[in-house]
Amino acid sequence: MSQEKHADLKTTPLTAWHEARGGRMVPFAGFAMPVQYEGVIAEHEAVRERVGLFDITHMGEIRVDGPGAEAWLDSLTTNRVVGGEVGKVVYTAMCNEVGGVLDDMLVYHLADERWLVVCNAANHDKIAAWLLSRAEGVAGLAVRDVSDATALIAVQGPDAPELMARVEAFAGRVDAVAALDFYTCLVAGPAGNDDAWIVSRTGYTGERGYEIYLPNADALPLWEELMTVGADLGVAPIGLAARDTLRFELAYCLYGHELGEDITPLEAGIGWAIRFKNRDFIGRDALLAQKKEGVPRRLVGLRLDGRGIAREQCPVFAGDRPVGAVTSGTFCPTLKEARALALIAADAADAELSIEIRGKRVPARPVPYPFVAARVKGDPRADRSITTP
Amino acid sequence: MVADDRKYTKEHEWVQVEGGTGTVGVTEYAAHELGDVVFLELPEVGTTLVQGDVVGTIETVKSVEDFYSPVSGEVVEVNEAVLDAPELVNKEPLDGGWLMKISLSDAGEMDNLLSAADYEALIGG
Repeated sequence: MSQEKHADLKTTPLTAWHEARGGRMVPFAGFAMPVQYEGVIAEHEAVRERVGLFDITHMGEIRVDGPGAEAWLDSLTTNRVVGGEVGKVVYTAMCNEVGGVLDDMLVYHLADERWLVVCNAANHDKIAAWLLSRAEGVAGLAVRDVSDATALIAVQGPDAPELMARVEAFAGRVDAVAALDFYTCLVAGPAGNDDAWIVSRTGYTGERGYEIYLPNADALPLWEELMTVGADLGVAPIGLAARDTLRFELAYCLYGHELGEDITPLEAGIGWAIRFKNRDFIGRDALLAQKKEGVPRRLVGLRLDGRGIAREQCPVFAGDRPVGAVTSGTFCPTLKEARALALIAADAADAELSIEIRGKRVPARPVPYPFVAARVKGDPRADRSITTP
Repeated sequence: MVADDRKYTKEHEWVQVEGGTGTVGVTEYAAHELGDVVFLELPEVGTTLVQGDVVGTIETVKSVEDFYSPVSGEVVEVNEAVLDAPELVNKEPLDGGWLMKISLSDAGEMDNLLSAADYEALIGG
């Protein structure tokens, strides 16, 4: 096919590599990113069975430093991201005053008074501007958007630990990298620059895996090294299409689908990422009220009776009553069946449901999520199943 | 190179006629562009089709596409193997991944279709 040129899009240090290796490039959040190489199902299986590499440089990275950082961050995040040990990574949302989600993100505690906020690419400009404006005039606080200088490579799959152990830059830290617990991080890097990288046991696949933040100049050499030293493990580059099917099987929320400014974390089923006790944060009052009164909508997993795939925005009905819409729906390569996530009226969760697909109503049954069990232990994002509603 | 033993449509389907029956499938180009096919909805045997009508759907992981009948006639056979294993569309679009056979009601309609050379020009080959 003819490779469309996206001259106005941002690139990553790996863009030329993706194009040379047959990556089909598409616009995503202002970047030209590979949506697939070999094929979405083959790439999905590579991550479930072996190990895959993701270029997710498009994610936003914002450093928050200084003696004022801890209290300031704590006033913005639904989860309690501060107060823990150095090396801890916490999943959280930031909300508006009415409890709608501005973005979901990871917050890294890098060192005393040093933090890293990692937000979605699609929300990067919004979140960076919001944080910078909120930081104005706050004493002892330095907020810096380091996204343009930071590359991000994810290494995900059952063979990820073996692959990481072969990386030259980790030679002196093999045990430390291997010992990283889920949702923890360490500072690392190549010889002579050994505090330039951040490595965390995190990911968006449900598999054991790592994410490596590094200066742009280090990204291509590391990527090529991972491809070379992982060849016998069957390492494969993974595009955005498989990134989506992998996260979908785990029912991880994707901003713009399960999360948005008009959806609260309680509705989206990530209430576990809210800590109300002994703290205040933007949106707390609205969320506490909703928690007491009960959510008007809830996220449910659905399975169609019969073939076909319910896609995003397909309307959901309880009898003849419209009760909501599909937020994400696709084929689950691990199950070899389609599933959907839908945000529907909370009082409809026990009703006879159907989904309207291309003008036809198809019966659908609630099923628990995640649709595929996480291979990582203690993953709160995957353990949040509301079971059968 | 596009196989020159059959004719093509602008919707990236092919038809190969033998003894008044046309075998229909999607082209290699379409199979590549579509990505992994996971479900197919095809007309039942006995259905009468009109050239150019939407008669089925092809679902991939990412999207769903309409499938058009490239000729008019009656469906005489549907490829059960491809219904059970839709990935055949990707693996063998020109043979094992055929979709259905149609008993042509008007062989003259074949003149409305593209030659291999015309189809190759269409896809920029």
